[in-house]
Amino acid sequence: MNNLLEIFSYTFMVRALIVGVLISLCSALVGVPLVLRKNSMIGDGLSHVAFGAFAIATVLGFAPVEFAIPVVVLSSFFILRLSENSKINGDAAIAIVSASALAIGTFAVSVVEGINVDLNSYLFGSILSLGESDVLISIILSIAVLALYILSYHKIFALTFDQKFAQSIGVRVGLYNAIFAVLCSVVVVLGMRLMGALLISSLIIFPTLSGSQIFKTFKSVVISGVFISSISFVLGLVISYLCSTPTSSTIVLVNLAVFLLAKLLSSIKNT
Amino acid sequence: MGLEPIWIAPFDFKSNAYTNSATRASSLNHEQTNYTTLAPSSQTIYNYKVSLIKLKNLSLGYNNQSILENLNLEIDEGDFICIVGPNGAGKSTLIKGILKLLKPQKGKIVYNKNLKQNFVGYMPQETKVDANFPASVYEIVLSGTLNRLGARPFYQKSEKTLAKNALKTLKIEHLARKNFCDLSGGQRQKVLLARSLAATTKLLILDEPANNLDRDARTSFYQTLTDLNKQGITILMITHDLDHDTLIGNKVLSLRPGSIFFGNVKDFYKKVHHE
Repeated sequence: MNNLLEIFSYTFMVRALIVGVLISLCSALVGVPLVLRKNSMIGDGLSHVAFGAFAIATVLGFAPVEFAIPVVVLSSFFILRLSENSKINGDAAIAIVSASALAIGTFAVSVVEGINVDLNSYLFGSILSLGESDVLISIILSIAVLALYILSYHKIFALTFDQKFAQSIGVRVGLYNAIFAVLCSVVVVLGMRLMGALLISSLIIFPTLSGSQIFKTFKSVVISGVFISSISFVLGLVISYLCSTPTSSTIVLVNLAVFLLAKLLSSIKNT
Repeated sequence: MGLEPIWIAPFDFKSNAYTNSATRASSLNHEQTNYTTLAPSSQTIYNYKVSLIKLKNLSLGYNNQSILENLNLEIDEGDFICIVGPNGAGKSTLIKGILKLLKPQKGKIVYNKNLKQNFVGYMPQETKVDANFPASVYEIVLSGTLNRLGARPFYQKSEKTLAKNALKTLKIEHLARKNFCDLSGGQRQKVLLARSLAATTKLLILDEPANNLDRDARTSFYQTLTDLNKQGITILMITHDLDHDTLIGNKVLSLRPGSIFFGNVKDFYKKVHHE
């Protein structure tokens, strides 16, 4: 218990906790439609774009989050459009975009001399080094994501379940897909500071996968995903502190453990 | 081959002539339709039908390639039309056009002013919907009323009532809390039909709704459709079931490259036998 109290006597841990819970929650929300529409890899692709954007922002001296968000939003429109176009293989489109962005980022950092960028922190996150402004921008954007998600919830459900039907009854598919793409992009950019480009997609995918093992309605999958994600984050943060393990990978491993547990529970339930 | 006279024609007040729905369909090669209009009887005048949708010289297709060309026909209120034809003949393309998911290349579609846009109940092919999707029956049926929501974010009581009524009409209220993935194929189709009913009271457009159903489930599903039609809902259905023993609906639209038929069911079979 003392240990626990000690953890949160550090400002950097409190910051990590607040920002982390908010972002886990948002990633779980956007994860539901992504996973159910079988677009899970879009999160992964966007995180690589965010990596490239962060690297370029650092080289050019821009604020990374502010620069990365519009770049990732544009890429998400591009990827979503490509994956809707049946002539082009969506998987291939994502692979091309993500590999190119990764290459551009690494290239930019290496050719410009005199810049000291810790690529590791972009790849695996730097959750414990969040500054005050990071916290503020994360809180504001997370609340915006939450609000927009709640306001578009019923439309997002209809689009996820059956886009053609939604279109036929006049849901503005283009508009809501665009809103959703913006939500995904913001979540990925915010989450990248936390988890890194290589691990952020796990925050998006795991909660929905775990939730849908046990729950079978859309609302319950969304709500359980939010809880699973937040609890896994806090657990991962605490464990990483206590055992001195890398934070982001510990969080992913906790999510994996929860998923396996949910899978076990569902197979027991089904027998 | 031209179209034959089919039934006693209703009176078209505007053009001051007796018209026949069957004759309103024209074929791809602009054949001269060979028909005679019959004198009115008291019965036909009372049976005057309201046209719900008119296709005027309609051409539909993708990437500058037309799949359907110069189609002219009228769908009347209360019709139950089966759309048949080989793969690639344009059945789904036509439906997409009517649903405004596809812009006409030429010509136009005129909707009755009582048929508000988006108030059409569309039911896609079963295979297009993920059977393992985590959703309750009620969540799905309620989403049919999204056409009333506009920019409003949440459902009101009236929309919830509509969804419950749709479940009641199809006698599946007891499934409301069930999960979509736990249902049988026949039940799933009824849920999707209920969703369409929540969206409309006028026109249902169904794309091969009974494809993956076994014989019993199919018969029961078709019976439900027939009952809905009797209650006044116009139905447009793509189907492969046109055997005599699964006869359903009052009209057939047969789309075959070079030969389009639109008329009543009996005449369709006569034509098929002739060939």
